[in-house]
Amino acid sequence: MNWILRNLDEILELTLVHLALSVPAIILSFVLAVPIGWVAHRYAWSRGILLTLCGLLYAIPSLALLIVLPALTGQSLRSPANLVVALTLYGLAVIVRTAADAFDAVDPDVRQSATAVGYAAWGRFWGVELPLAGPVLLAGLRVVIVSTVSLVTVGAVIGVQSLGSLFTDGFQRGIAGEIWAGLIMTVVLALALDGLAVLGGRLLLPWARGGRRRPRLVAPDPTLQAAEAR
Amino acid sequence: MNLIADGFAWLTDPANWTGAGSIPERLVEHLLVSLLILLIAGLIALPVGFTIGHTGRGKGLAVAVTGGMRAIPTLGLLTLAALWLGIGLAAPILALVVLAIPPLLAGAYSGLESVDRRVLDAAKGVGMTGLQRFTGVELPLSAPIVIGGIRSAALQIIATATLAAYTSDFGLGRFLFRGLKTNDYAEAFGAAVLVIALALLVDGLFALAQRFSVPVGVRVARSGEPTRSAADRATGRTTTNV
Repeated sequence: MNWILRNLDEILELTLVHLALSVPAIILSFVLAVPIGWVAHRYAWSRGILLTLCGLLYAIPSLALLIVLPALTGQSLRSPANLVVALTLYGLAVIVRTAADAFDAVDPDVRQSATAVGYAAWGRFWGVELPLAGPVLLAGLRVVIVSTVSLVTVGAVIGVQSLGSLFTDGFQRGIAGEIWAGLIMTVVLALALDGLAVLGGRLLLPWARGGRRRPRLVAPDPTLQAAEAR
Repeated sequence: MNLIADGFAWLTDPANWTGAGSIPERLVEHLLVSLLILLIAGLIALPVGFTIGHTGRGKGLAVAVTGGMRAIPTLGLLTLAALWLGIGLAAPILALVVLAIPPLLAGAYSGLESVDRRVLDAAKGVGMTGLQRFTGVELPLSAPIVIGGIRSAALQIIATATLAAYTSDFGLGRFLFRGLKTNDYAEAFGAAVLVIALALLVDGLFALAQRFSVPVGVRVARSGEPTRSAADRATGRTTTNV
């Protein structure tokens, strides 16, 4: 406890550094995942390929990816950019499937109606499909937020500063309080960003609230999804 | 490109494949410790998950535990356990068991939950007891999802066991950290490639297990051929579709 009180400045600074690493990765993976997910939804042939790639990417241990990436991208191993690229790839692996599912879940009748009232493909995407896919996309984003904020800490072992540095430093100096500070702040940061995402969702997707959604006529078969999953 | 060539040179150097602390030794160590952790976590999480899925009680708690655990950074748990238990194997085993429980628990209860209520009612109707329903109906039908949970847990363990070499002297992560420490990128890269290959192999094996665990009856229903021929061709067995 004493360590935490004496080092509040350092904890705060590392929290900001942590934020600066997480937020770009989260935004990048979301912005990239929406078009990739849409392609997987729209073109059946691409779905298997894209989702398999995401599954494989997700299976790669983070530390190993951090070490292999510089050889492929030419970045320096200990650069923040290397970490952000790795985190973005993981984010993609998590959210592309959700994005594809989100677009799949848009009622075909609604899509046809939109076409009938004169929407072209581009306008229909922005005006109809994306807003209706919004709530599911938001759910995916929330998973990415929590996993990214947690994964940033792994960078500490290769020398990228973040709240994870409190783990490595605390371990080497034998200060449990320092590790606790890192654990607590990481979770707090994840919850704060998650809360922001929920709030943003309320503001941007007001139609997702309330119980107006009618139940689907055919409930999706979960065993089918599981066998298909990954 | 030189970096990659150097990495593979390290991987194929015969000197790294024999003697104490060689690649095969570390690989076996990594696999055995991972397996042990998976077993311990499975013995704890699967019965609890099955009970929740079978009875439908305690689901809220399970969802909260599995969801909340995702936010906890693995490195923090590992270093904290290492400070507490020392740099031996006990600390990573404890930390990894804790990390492997959520996916196992989620797979077990959501698997059982996915079983169609009408099927369970039918099983009850023909006089099956609770245990019979569990072993004869719920378990086979939920197998792909339960195995999916084991698959996630196994991947989580293999990945985090690599990270655990930061605090303990075991597994493939040792090469990785030695390479990082001595600025020998070839060694770190070679070890990282090994870890990735191991993870993908395990993932692939579990994917196959998931595919083959789908009961024949479900496979027939899904293929849209309500005849016996599909099942016959697949397994050589005769199944009757009701």
